[in-house]
Amino acid sequence: MAELTIRQAIQRGLEEALQNDPNVFIMGEDIGKYGGAYAVTSGFLEKYGPKRIKDTPISEATFIGAGVGAAAAGLRPVIEIMSISFSLVAFDQIVNMAANLRYMSGGQIKVPMVIRAPTGAGAQLAATHSQSFETWLAEVPGIKCVAPSTPADALGLLRSALSDGNTVIFAEPAQMYGVKGDVPDGRFTVPIGKASVQRSGGDVTLVSYGHGMRVLHSAAEDLAKRGIEAEVVDLRSLSPLDMDTIVASVHKTNRALTLDMARRTGGIMAEVAARLQEAASDWLDGPVARVGAEDVPWPYNRELEQEALPRVEDVLASLKKSYGI
Amino acid sequence: MNTRAAKAKPKAHVNGANDKQEFLELYRQMCLIRQFEEACGEQYSRGNIRGFLHLYIGQEAIAAGVMRSLRAEDYVVTHYRDHGHALARGLDTNRVMAELFGRATGLSKGKGGSMHIFDAAKGFMGGHAIVGGQLPLAAGLALACQYKGTGGIAVVFFGDGAVNQGVFHETMNLAAIWDLPLLFFLENNLYGMGTAAERTRAGGVDIYPIAGSYGIEAAMIDGMDVLAVREATGEAVKKIRAGEGPKFIEAKTYRFHGHSMADPARYRDHAELDYWLSRDPLKSFPKMMLDRELATAEELAVVRKSADDEVASAVKFSLESPPPAKSELFTDVYA
Repeated sequence: MAELTIRQAIQRGLEEALQNDPNVFIMGEDIGKYGGAYAVTSGFLEKYGPKRIKDTPISEATFIGAGVGAAAAGLRPVIEIMSISFSLVAFDQIVNMAANLRYMSGGQIKVPMVIRAPTGAGAQLAATHSQSFETWLAEVPGIKCVAPSTPADALGLLRSALSDGNTVIFAEPAQMYGVKGDVPDGRFTVPIGKASVQRSGGDVTLVSYGHGMRVLHSAAEDLAKRGIEAEVVDLRSLSPLDMDTIVASVHKTNRALTLDMARRTGGIMAEVAARLQEAASDWLDGPVARVGAEDVPWPYNRELEQEALPRVEDVLASLKKSYGI
Repeated sequence: MNTRAAKAKPKAHVNGANDKQEFLELYRQMCLIRQFEEACGEQYSRGNIRGFLHLYIGQEAIAAGVMRSLRAEDYVVTHYRDHGHALARGLDTNRVMAELFGRATGLSKGKGGSMHIFDAAKGFMGGHAIVGGQLPLAAGLALACQYKGTGGIAVVFFGDGAVNQGVFHETMNLAAIWDLPLLFFLENNLYGMGTAAERTRAGGVDIYPIAGSYGIEAAMIDGMDVLAVREATGEAVKKIRAGEGPKFIEAKTYRFHGHSMADPARYRDHAELDYWLSRDPLKSFPKMMLDRELATAEELAVVRKSADDEVASAVKFSLESPPPAKSELFTDVYA
């Protein structure tokens, strides 16, 4: 067991892959000489050389499309997008190539690629750099989408992503790279498509992922002071979605709240809430409580940005409204 | 009327009888593509082929001329007007046609259709239907050849419409800075769907000078001359294999039909169409062979007959093939 930050856990996973698989290479903007916008690949160029650590031009569509081609030809590219907001520029390549190629070729082509991208608001980066498009990408069949919130999950999910036969979007909560946690020794993995119960409780199920987990844990502490035991579930995987774990929890608690740090409308939690109504309506004591970011472009001003982001008070108020607790 | 390519001098060098078999093969491929496309048009009108269908009629000299320089380890990536490239690359005619029919025996099990022909085992990595979207994919395939040292290259076909997409420029830039073994092959048929290239392109309809601005050596050739296509491709491919990085060829050509089956092509005048019809490679090439006594009329007729028979068999094969099982809806989503 070692204490690592999420950044260090991702670094460990990437280095393992570079050392163990000659077909793994990393490309993206400023990942080499600069060391990565969030310093995840710092020192990699010196250690692994320019063939494996490729600085790219600022051409997201083209280097992601090139990753698809390289993966289709048997390599295993790991691509860093500086912000998941920039994935917009490459959506054609991610959706029409990475995700659709296998299906439209009748299963002839595999695209084993990892696309890493920091995601989320909270650093006053304004409208174009604060978005959370993992919620859009999670809708697309043919690719998978994960988002860790702990160092152990970051390493375990990255190992799984690096051995998957498909393109995996690896969304890294941008404000959580420094979060520390215990990481087991040895080659453990975290399966893609499996949610994690981070805190057990029998009174209410709280579900989120990424940055949302910090809010949920704070809310759970507040609830505990009032004698309400919350079960806190981290999706970890937005696609495939593990409804079994969530439904099993609701069977126990009869109450559910979903929290999306992305915009509330059309986010992944809208899907979780809809599926809960389908799968567990008889078990629910009231409508699924939903909290999400305001449906506005992300503002720059700190107070406005905080106003748009969901807070612990929003979680508590929503529970009161749905369940009177 | 756009007749620019008429001014290009024929580049073909004929080396006597040694070329006879090669020329007959080029002719066979062009006949196969022409006949295949005619059959597609007919089957479309009968409702056996649906969706979007883009015919390659008029452009056959390009697919036939390019593929002769490629090897098994090379990759081919193309646009949605892809049947000609597929056939010239040696994909099974039956399975290409069955794909258009949406049958289980199609190369993509009927899930791709006309615009998405694939045969990964032959390095044929797709027809792609977002204009220009295939260019980065080809760069990645070329990157894999370079990374693994296979000696292979990638060839990417695209049209004049694609050159106004950002990825066209981005891919040339990436290929140039990374010295990728990639041949950019522009099939300039003068129209992006119904809009003439001269109305959408600053600086005129010649595109190849743009490649020069990325340091990529470029040539412009007559795309109606299969020997010119073969020769230019052979030269470019030789340089790419020698490690010289990407090359660029622009071939002026013309589609004799509309953009797709839905397009009566009213935006082109008759004189222009007649001019290009007069340069039909399916007429000029066999005429050249006869004039130079490289083939007899009988030999050419045998070639045409074999192409007709192959296409007739493919239609029969497709009609007799089963549709995909309903369970196929859910396969091939994930590996």
